[in-house]
Amino acid sequence: MRTAFRRAVPYPILTVSLIVMWLLLAGFNAGHGVIAVVVALGATHALKALGEASPPIRNWVAIPKLIGIVLYDIVRSNIAVAGIILTGRAMDKQTSGFIIVPLRLRDPFPLAVLAIVLTSTPGTAWLDYNSSRGELLLHVFDLVDEAHWIDLITHRYERLLMEIFE
Amino acid sequence: MSVDLSALPVWAAIAGSVFLVLGAGLTLIGALGLARLPSFYTRLHAPTLATSWGAGGMVTGSMIIFTAAAARPVLHEILIGIFITTTTPITLMMLGRAAVYRDRSEGDARVPPALGVQEREDVQLAMPPTSEPEKT
Repeated sequence: MRTAFRRAVPYPILTVSLIVMWLLLAGFNAGHGVIAVVVALGATHALKALGEASPPIRNWVAIPKLIGIVLYDIVRSNIAVAGIILTGRAMDKQTSGFIIVPLRLRDPFPLAVLAIVLTSTPGTAWLDYNSSRGELLLHVFDLVDEAHWIDLITHRYERLLMEIFE
Repeated sequence: MSVDLSALPVWAAIAGSVFLVLGAGLTLIGALGLARLPSFYTRLHAPTLATSWGAGGMVTGSMIIFTAAAARPVLHEILIGIFITTTTPITLMMLGRAAVYRDRSEGDARVPPALGVQEREDVQLAMPPTSEPEKT
């Protein structure tokens, strides 16, 4: 039963996302519903033929928690970075710098999510990642305390990502 | 889709405008930062204001105004937000890595050396010297 479902719908999350996207753009009615399902299944089966792995989500409950934390952090760091730019503090005092964060995450999916989180949070920019050592080179806009940032990433984001994916 | 703004309910006009001004303001601050910040790496942070809450605010404002005007949920703007959020890291990483590569090859001391370079040198040292293929 489960394997038959997996064969018919190779990527359930992607399929649902594509259907929702189609309906949002085209309008919610039965006709578009049928087209959306056909398009979503066609696209996911094409992706299956390319051999892309499905994201191994283990813990669904932690996802809304992560989204909430990230949205809150984005608001907070938006205010912080906007404040620094407007007051001109970054012009005369060099507070930004590089940090190297040791990561335990190895899977491409959680790493991609972490990249999105760190990029969409103003104040941190993902620069380089070494996959054999699991080290991430970050540029931090307001680098007052290096340990604070490493602690933030490993405890606030990485732990939740490991809960979700591994 | 045209909207008769004078027919909008007051709450929608106020809420929509607040989000619109918030988003536009943050985008403006990001643009200011891009122009004024001193180095490439600090400038990298400024546009993320526009791609996070800058775009988010404008998208939310648009959703509120069009939902109120059309008297049905208009939510497809959220796709703009999702696609901006998921695609920004690609360009940002490419720019950042290009800058890091340039500064490292120019020997800029402020940029940390390549991650794992030590290890790679060890591997090379540990490899046996290449010898002539033996004749049998």
